[in-house]
Amino acid sequence: MADVHIKGVTKVFGEHVAVDNLDLHIADGEFVVLLGPTGAGKTTTLRLIAGLERPEAGSIHIAGHDTTTLSPAERDTAFVFQQYSLYPHLSVYDNLAFPLRSPARKMPEDQIRRRVEDVAKMVRIHHKLNNRSTKLSGGEMQRVAIGRALVRKPSIYLMDEPLSSLDAKLRADLRLELKRIQAELGATMLYVTHDQIEAMTMADRIGILADGVLVQIGSPRTIYSEPANLHVAARLGQPAINLLPVGLLPDGGAPAGTKTIGARTEHLSIEKAANGHADGVVDWVEHLGDQNHLHVTVGTKKLVTLTDPDTDLAQGDKIMIRYRSPLYFGADGRRLM
Amino acid sequence: MSLTSAHSVVAPSATSKRVAGTIIVAYALISIVPLLWIFATSFKTPPDSIAYPPKILFQPSVEGYCNLFTTRTRQTPEYINSLGPATGLCDETVRKRNMVIAGPSNFMPRFVNSLIIAFGSTFCAVFLGTLSAYGFSRFKVPLADDLLFFILSTRMMPPIAVAIPIYLMYRELGLSDTALGMILLYTAVNVSLAVWLLKGFIDEIPREYEEAAMIDGYTRLQAFWRTVLPQATTGIAATAIFCLIFAWNEYAFAALLTSGTAQTAPPFIPTIIGEGGQDWPAVAAGTTIFLVPILVFTILLRKQLLRGITFGAVRK
Repeated sequence: MADVHIKGVTKVFGEHVAVDNLDLHIADGEFVVLLGPTGAGKTTTLRLIAGLERPEAGSIHIAGHDTTTLSPAERDTAFVFQQYSLYPHLSVYDNLAFPLRSPARKMPEDQIRRRVEDVAKMVRIHHKLNNRSTKLSGGEMQRVAIGRALVRKPSIYLMDEPLSSLDAKLRADLRLELKRIQAELGATMLYVTHDQIEAMTMADRIGILADGVLVQIGSPRTIYSEPANLHVAARLGQPAINLLPVGLLPDGGAPAGTKTIGARTEHLSIEKAANGHADGVVDWVEHLGDQNHLHVTVGTKKLVTLTDPDTDLAQGDKIMIRYRSPLYFGADGRRLM
Repeated sequence: MSLTSAHSVVAPSATSKRVAGTIIVAYALISIVPLLWIFATSFKTPPDSIAYPPKILFQPSVEGYCNLFTTRTRQTPEYINSLGPATGLCDETVRKRNMVIAGPSNFMPRFVNSLIIAFGSTFCAVFLGTLSAYGFSRFKVPLADDLLFFILSTRMMPPIAVAIPIYLMYRELGLSDTALGMILLYTAVNVSLAVWLLKGFIDEIPREYEEAAMIDGYTRLQAFWRTVLPQATTGIAATAIFCLIFAWNEYAFAALLTSGTAQTAPPFIPTIIGEGGQDWPAVAAGTTIFLVPILVFTILLRKQLLRGITFGAVRK
């Protein structure tokens, strides 16, 4: 394992700047998640590190060596693709053994067998080693794909939304397994996703990408509670953060220059309106079982927040809403301290 | 409603299946009649082969095959009677026509020429086609569209339209009547077809496979060999069959450019007619044997061909 240092990297496709002057340092053994919408430059960043793309500017250092111009094979990275991950003409065993059989490695076959069997156990696929890779379920395929990266001990594991094609239950299981495996191996990992739950639960640090720019990087806690701007704030939190114009609700101590107030569930206190004073009306209570989503209209704005499953609020109730130290954003979208 | 009477809205009904089946069988029968006729003729005697009305039932004879593989000389019955007992089935057969076998005919060498030239050019066309198609599919080739159009443009006129210039060129280069010359020619004609067909197949193989292999420590050529080729076998097989059929059946260039040592079977077979009357059974025997390699090759690659002619649409 090793650290990876990306310095001022820019990648342009035609007119489109996919990655714009990116600086990112991934420490040895660190799990960094890049979070962003489609087209933010997440996958391009991975491909640049793997050597599948050459940057127009900047350099990429792996374990202290400048690898900017090296071929993919010389960089010693492992990559898990979002799809098309397994060779359809090979068995599960041969898929897992494929990286070890590279002519550059010259690993003896008995050693390959041991390694493949170890990894197959790790990703819990050892009972299907002789199956055709096309005869697996989606979750099994993804496990083999991850296993194929794990058979090697590369400088860094690069994972491009490896769980995105799976259903919710499998995704949750594999998320845990992947985090466990990463911690066990002490692996350096750069993981790309647009799923905020994956980012929050697995990452040591989260980097938020937008339009090829790294907007903010920090621990999940920091990104969640101290977002640098509106864009970052909007990426995290379920339900999504409510962005309300200043003055819509009494805001007490909003700093000067505040344009927008960002309020998640924990930033709002909601009570049934007493003595005739009401800020809003309950539109709808969405029962999700373990929790309820409360949809509220305040003036012309709608906001969504969580509430207890046993709430006594009902549709049409008039309510009083107060901020509890919410997030303040200026006219340029940046958060004000 | 019972389970058996439940039917799907997409599955064809029993009636339409029967109608479709009947049409297919009828078409197959019509298609195979000329082949069966040639096959039957090859086992007729020369008089039976030109009998009118045509004979459906006849006494089979190997005379056609004997005449195909041998040259014969006419002798007096006295001379033939003075020879010892016949040395084989063919000897016996030709003696009945007052002839003796003088030696082997040119059919076998011509047939071998056909095999060498057709398979050789097919291999070259598919080999070059696969690599070119991969290049066009994966790399940013400058003017790729124009180049592909240019490659295809070689098929926009019948190849025979350039027969005269090629004849002159080949004479100058010493390629006339050589197997190498014919392999080069058929490769040149087939390679455009191979590039276009194979590019379609290779385009459909996601490049993630090679990228994964390259990250795993393989060079691009190794990745191509280990991940692209195994998935392109369907396309390669289909392309090979198309190329082989063209090279195997080509008549015009073969007739023009080969006359002796490198002559292929197609221009040779008609020359049999000239030797001592119209020997249709021998021609039919030559044609029957001529069909065998392509038949075997097609049957061997049948599965790939069936999937291949859908041009990868249902590749999984």
